[in-house]
Amino acid sequence: MTLLKVHKLVRHFPVSRGFGSSAIVRAVDGVDLEIAPGETLAIVGESGCGKSSLARCVAGLDTATSGKVEVEGTDSADMLTADPMRFRRSIQMVFQDPYSSVNPRRRIGEIIGDGLRLHKLVPRAQRAERVRELLEQVGLAADYADRYPHELSGGQRQRVSIARALAVNPRLIVCDEPVSALDVSVQAQVMNLLVRLQRDHGVAYLFISHDLALVRHIAHKVAVMYLGQVVESGDAAIFDQGFLHPYAQSLFDAAPRIGRPEGEEVELLEGDVPSPISPPSGCRFHTRCPQTIDRCKVEAPDLRPVAGRDVRCHRAEEMLARMMPPQAEAAFGTG
Amino acid sequence: MTSLLTVKSLCVGFPGKRGVLPAVEDLDFHIAPGETLAIVGESGSGKSTAALSIPGLLSRSSRPVVSGSVRFEGQEMLNMPDRKLARMRGPDVGMIFQDPSTSLNPVFTIGRQICEPLRTHMGLDARAAEARAIELLELVKVSAPEQRLAQYPHNLSGGMRQRVMIAIALACSPRLLIADEPTTALDVTVQAQVLRLISGLQKSLGMAVLLITHDLGVVWETADRVIVMYAGRKVEEGPVRRILSQPSHPYTEGLLRAARKEGRDGFLTEIPGVVPPPHQRPPGCAFEPRCARAIAACRAAVPAIRSTGPGQVAACIRAEEGQPA
Amino acid sequence: MSRSSDFLRRLFSSWTTALGAVLLFIIVVAAIFGPIVYTVDPFEMLGRPAQLPSARFPLGTDVSGRDILAGILNGARVSLIVGLAASLGATLIGIVIGALSGYFGGLIDDTLMRITDFFLTVPNFVLLLVIVSVFTSTIEVITLAIAFVSWPSVARLVRSEFASHASREYVHACRGLGMSHMEIMGRQILPNVMAPIIVVSSLMVASAILTEAGLSFLGLSDPDIVSWGYMIGVGRTVLRSAWWMAAIPGVMIVLAVLAINLVGEGLNDALNPRMRQR
Ligand SMILES: Nc1ncnc2c1ncn2[C@@H]1O[C@H](COP(=O)(O)OP(=O)(O)O)[C@@H](O)[C@H]1O
Ligand SMILES: Nc1ncnc2c1ncn2[C@@H]1O[C@H](COP(=O)(O)OP(=O)(O)O)[C@@H](O)[C@H]1O
Ligand code: SF4
Ligand SMILES: [Mg+2]
Ligand SMILES: [Mg+2]
Repeated sequence: MTLLKVHKLVRHFPVSRGFGSSAIVRAVDGVDLEIAPGETLAIVGESGCGKSSLARCVAGLDTATSGKVEVEGTDSADMLTADPMRFRRSIQMVFQDPYSSVNPRRRIGEIIGDGLRLHKLVPRAQRAERVRELLEQVGLAADYADRYPHELSGGQRQRVSIARALAVNPRLIVCDEPVSALDVSVQAQVMNLLVRLQRDHGVAYLFISHDLALVRHIAHKVAVMYLGQVVESGDAAIFDQGFLHPYAQSLFDAAPRIGRPEGEEVELLEGDVPSPISPPSGCRFHTRCPQTIDRCKVEAPDLRPVAGRDVRCHRAEEMLARMMPPQAEAAFGTG
Repeated sequence: MTSLLTVKSLCVGFPGKRGVLPAVEDLDFHIAPGETLAIVGESGSGKSTAALSIPGLLSRSSRPVVSGSVRFEGQEMLNMPDRKLARMRGPDVGMIFQDPSTSLNPVFTIGRQICEPLRTHMGLDARAAEARAIELLELVKVSAPEQRLAQYPHNLSGGMRQRVMIAIALACSPRLLIADEPTTALDVTVQAQVLRLISGLQKSLGMAVLLITHDLGVVWETADRVIVMYAGRKVEEGPVRRILSQPSHPYTEGLLRAARKEGRDGFLTEIPGVVPPPHQRPPGCAFEPRCARAIAACRAAVPAIRSTGPGQVAACIRAEEGQPA
Repeated sequence: MSRSSDFLRRLFSSWTTALGAVLLFIIVVAAIFGPIVYTVDPFEMLGRPAQLPSARFPLGTDVSGRDILAGILNGARVSLIVGLAASLGATLIGIVIGALSGYFGGLIDDTLMRITDFFLTVPNFVLLLVIVSVFTSTIEVITLAIAFVSWPSVARLVRSEFASHASREYVHACRGLGMSHMEIMGRQILPNVMAPIIVVSSLMVASAILTEAGLSFLGLSDPDIVSWGYMIGVGRTVLRSAWWMAAIPGVMIVLAVLAINLVGEGLNDALNPRMRQR
């Protein structure tokens, strides 16, 4: 059974543009996702593509404009009215900013203990003991319980956030760029912690990142977003096979890579991401796409299955043919 | 080799509650004309402090204690009178910073901010400055440059603002461009554009670039030589291709593994522990507590910088025993 | 331990704050112990009117022959109590309104801020005069009335602080844990924003003292209570012949307000995180 099912999720923000006129930011515009228990789905995209808005809707911190989120078969909006605490115990969230995501005025032990207290998970007398266990699970010494956040480094604060989420034994943790603000060496520590916790507790992750290389090792499935929509999604195998959507390809190629041969010319995208207030007509990527044809400008492509994954591009088959030598294609068995 | 910039035994400290805390210790390096030197290291390793002390931009209010020598074309820049320093900035040394939204003044138009250095340093009149400003914006590939002159920073995207910052830094054709994490705040697709722009300009204008970054991928794609800093000190230096294929310092090696996102069985290679803050640095090698190859001798004294390969130096007493990554 | 001693060092690092604290200390001691030690009734006519200071009347007597020192000491109590109570009341109202407004935003914010703005635009003193003339002017009514007209500035401040915290990730995390809005506002956000509130409400004590003095000067305050403003009002009629009668309570008001302001400024510097770096 699926743990989380997101169906045609839309989140629009009305914004005023002065002089009484208003506009709509199409932050999330029809996203479908599915996560099985114990699985990691990575969402990757550049800033402003709607990752955090999506995450907040999934975590029940924001209400979708339309669409549906189902947790273990139950509509999350219904669950939030009928039994909010059950929903909170199912889904927790870890945030991006190690500084603002913990309350500077509270001790680490209190921060982690909040969940235990609110959900009455352990008797009061054993709370401190459980907090110590949680601290150990995330790789912090037990005496951190008495410290204040300002005594901790960024990586340690993220561990505290993870422990806070873990305290209520959630089935799913939404991780919104949990390591983006950390140094690379510390990033690896926190990523490994998440993987270890998943193997020990079977928790599922909705893992948000802007770094494809980072999620490559931990994701079971991946979805690339552009301007509020998923443009390509599939299981982790597509990291090895290569992406088909021109945007996903560019995102992959644009990341600086150690060891890239000197002569290798990478085709770079032109310009910036357009405003989500008035996304381009037709394919939302057509203004920057190196593969644009006339059809792209007028007809919006659907997310459709191509070669074992879903791609939102009119030219997906051509991209596939170009990517794979014929014999590999045969072995790959595309339909 | 002639040198454009020569830095010798640069030390920078900041007075704090526990006395002067060292941010940069005993740093030596040089940059040849037209060369790109990268300084790479994790946050707090002293990269920005080193870069800012070169053109004397360290904020006075933090009362930095600076010693050593920074020579630009043979001229000592430390202790240079402010007025003379200000005259060098622009024509000789240009700077761009990480956050383009804070380094541009929000209340002035783009045009005014580009024309300002052109008029003060190059003595251009208003019309000539404007013409040159349009040229510069074209150079950094800003679309519709004429219209941009009248716009304010908030009208531009992050990538566009960073291009404008580069245009301002290039206004007086500096011979050295210091770029402190110029793409850290940008998205990857925009980062790639800006990096390509900087390399392209460097080649066409023949200027030297001191590129500060925490990203070894950026180093690989843009720099000729690289300095790896850890806890305020240089731990390794050499040609980029050599250092990133055969690092001799264990820290460089760890950083490289982390940057490559090398993984096995779902786990990434990590460096255990954290960077020690300035007041808790161990007496010997600052990396010793995190180092898998540390021996007792590592705690005895700060390791001297030694040659470990062609053009490559490292501060590790066990450098020879290292395996290529 | 070291945190609080650190705080005290920062607080008294400037001589103006130290001066304010000493002054305030003297006034508070005088208010608490003065009337106990110096038991003269400030309302009783004890001697000839308008006497100069003498051994029997250390600060002389007023137009009705009442002891001015007794008035000053009793007035100190009134001023400080009214000042503190009014400021406390205003702070409480301001925190509740500001917190609801800043935390929830939207319609609640619009409504509450409209009300706040109304209070801010109507001159405080005019509003006070209306309230005082409608109700009987006992000292309790005066205090409540001053609190009632002073809360909007606290509410404004609290609102902006709460709004900035409401969007921080730790607040999202608390909501995600299922914490109630009340607990988030009271136990999570409030401790983070107390510093500026303390500064504003300490300064408000001074303005409440001034306001009360203004009311009693006009003879609109509680007639059964001696306060500094009342004493100035009494002395005003003989300002040419016996100027000290108005001047002594006047100086006291100036000193008290000055002392509170100096301490408030000091608190501001000591609690302001940006000043801590030095
Ligand atoms: N509360 C909000 N009000 C208005 N616009 C918003 C709000 N939150 C997000 N947005 C807009 O929605 C878009 C997506 O934002 P976000 O979900 O934060 O993207 P990401 O996390 O991928 O960077 C952006 O254009 C952002 O400006
Ligand atoms: N203005 C300053 N006042 C006090 N300490 C500072 C100041 N600037 C930097 N430091 C300290 O110097 C060290 C190096 O910082 P920095 O040069 O910014 O490192 P990096 O740029 O590599 O991240 C850090 O420990 C930092 O706390
Ligand atoms: S549909 Fe057209 S514009 Fe969109 S990604 Fe495919 S080729 Fe590019
Ligand atoms: Mg985000
Ligand atoms: Mg820096």
